[in-house]
Amino acid sequence: MRTLLASLVLVLSGGVALSTATDHFRAFTTEAARRIAVLEHPVDVPAVSLETETGARLDLAAFRGKWLLVDFVYTRCPTYCTTLGSEFAQLQSSLALPLAQHKVQLLSVSFDPEHDTPQRLAEYLQRFRTSDSGWLAARPVDQDGLALLEKSFGITVIPDSFGGYTHNAAIHLVDPHGRLVEIFDVGNSSLAAQAVMRRIAP
Amino acid sequence: MTARLQHSSARGALVLLLVLLAPPIRHALESSMTTQMLVQIPLLITVGVLLSAAVPARINAAMGAWDHRGITGLVLASFVGAFWMLPRSLDAAVTDPRFDIAKYLSAVLLIGLPFALSWKRMGFIVRGVFLLELIATFFRLGWLYLIWPDRLCNNFLLDDQQRLGRYMLLIGALLFFWITIKLMWGRLDSFAEALPPAFSPDTGGRHLYGGPDV
Repeated sequence: MRTLLASLVLVLSGGVALSTATDHFRAFTTEAARRIAVLEHPVDVPAVSLETETGARLDLAAFRGKWLLVDFVYTRCPTYCTTLGSEFAQLQSSLALPLAQHKVQLLSVSFDPEHDTPQRLAEYLQRFRTSDSGWLAARPVDQDGLALLEKSFGITVIPDSFGGYTHNAAIHLVDPHGRLVEIFDVGNSSLAAQAVMRRIAP
Repeated sequence: MTARLQHSSARGALVLLLVLLAPPIRHALESSMTTQMLVQIPLLITVGVLLSAAVPARINAAMGAWDHRGITGLVLASFVGAFWMLPRSLDAAVTDPRFDIAKYLSAVLLIGLPFALSWKRMGFIVRGVFLLELIATFFRLGWLYLIWPDRLCNNFLLDDQQRLGRYMLLIGALLFFWITIKLMWGRLDSFAEALPPAFSPDTGGRHLYGGPDV
């Protein structure tokens, strides 16, 4: 009897604990948890100093007032960033109108600022972009800024076995108030485009 | 169990725990998903198992009233074990020191220790169910890690995840063969305990079936 009681208490509290640990059995991975977390509690994006592919300095806060689609890349990347590059190119065409109206901005941020000089960032854009407008590539000016960005966006970068990096690649949507509000999987750029169109519709 | 064995077991637990706490060893084991899941956590559970020898018999007996056939301890160890099988828990243990502390404490005190105390109280059926479920878990998780096309942990590489999957399938298979061999040719110790004395192969059975007089 006492065993039954103790076991029932353990099963119930264990169930509650596992449910809490998985956002009610919706997120078993850090990536899934990150998506749910920003949907439920948008994250303020820090005002980090960036240097763009033209060498111009600007603050991440300068994009307030626009819907901002952000991805994190390093230009030597042979895998995810290539996919992300072509997905941003697709977004350039599917979001051509709001991009031209300056309601939306695409931004690729390098997490390898030592290697990714403005010239390399420009080459990266050259490789993928279909038009000259609406898509910037930039690197954080200092390591602190990069760390702040990675922390607030939830980016984990780990060295791979080939001298490059592996990272959790995704498309991040920042609202005009500078809050990270939604995260989309790589391979789902049309979903991201639809979400943006829905949100900017008056 | 003799006092000497109790003493050396507890000392062994302490030494093993200190080794696992040493920063270089901790970092090395946590740098890969495979070593974290198949070396670090099992060794922490071993610390708890060794520690169980130091639990005074009086306290153990008192706990027995709440732990009929080891069910309570098994439930506790299973839930805590399930938590540390979540990919996001493994991720968090690497990035968040609070999770790492929780892993060290819970694997020792909430998995290894209660499991070892309860194992002695478990009968043949409970042990059998546990072992088969353990094998099934190794196969399920191993298969998942091996075939999943994306990384399940942000802090670990895909080839690490796949290697973990292969090793888990291998361990599941070895456990399966070990149990099969034990069932067919060996003797599970608890088999005798779980049966009424009359059916016990080495005592009552002889009288019941009129075994050879020697």
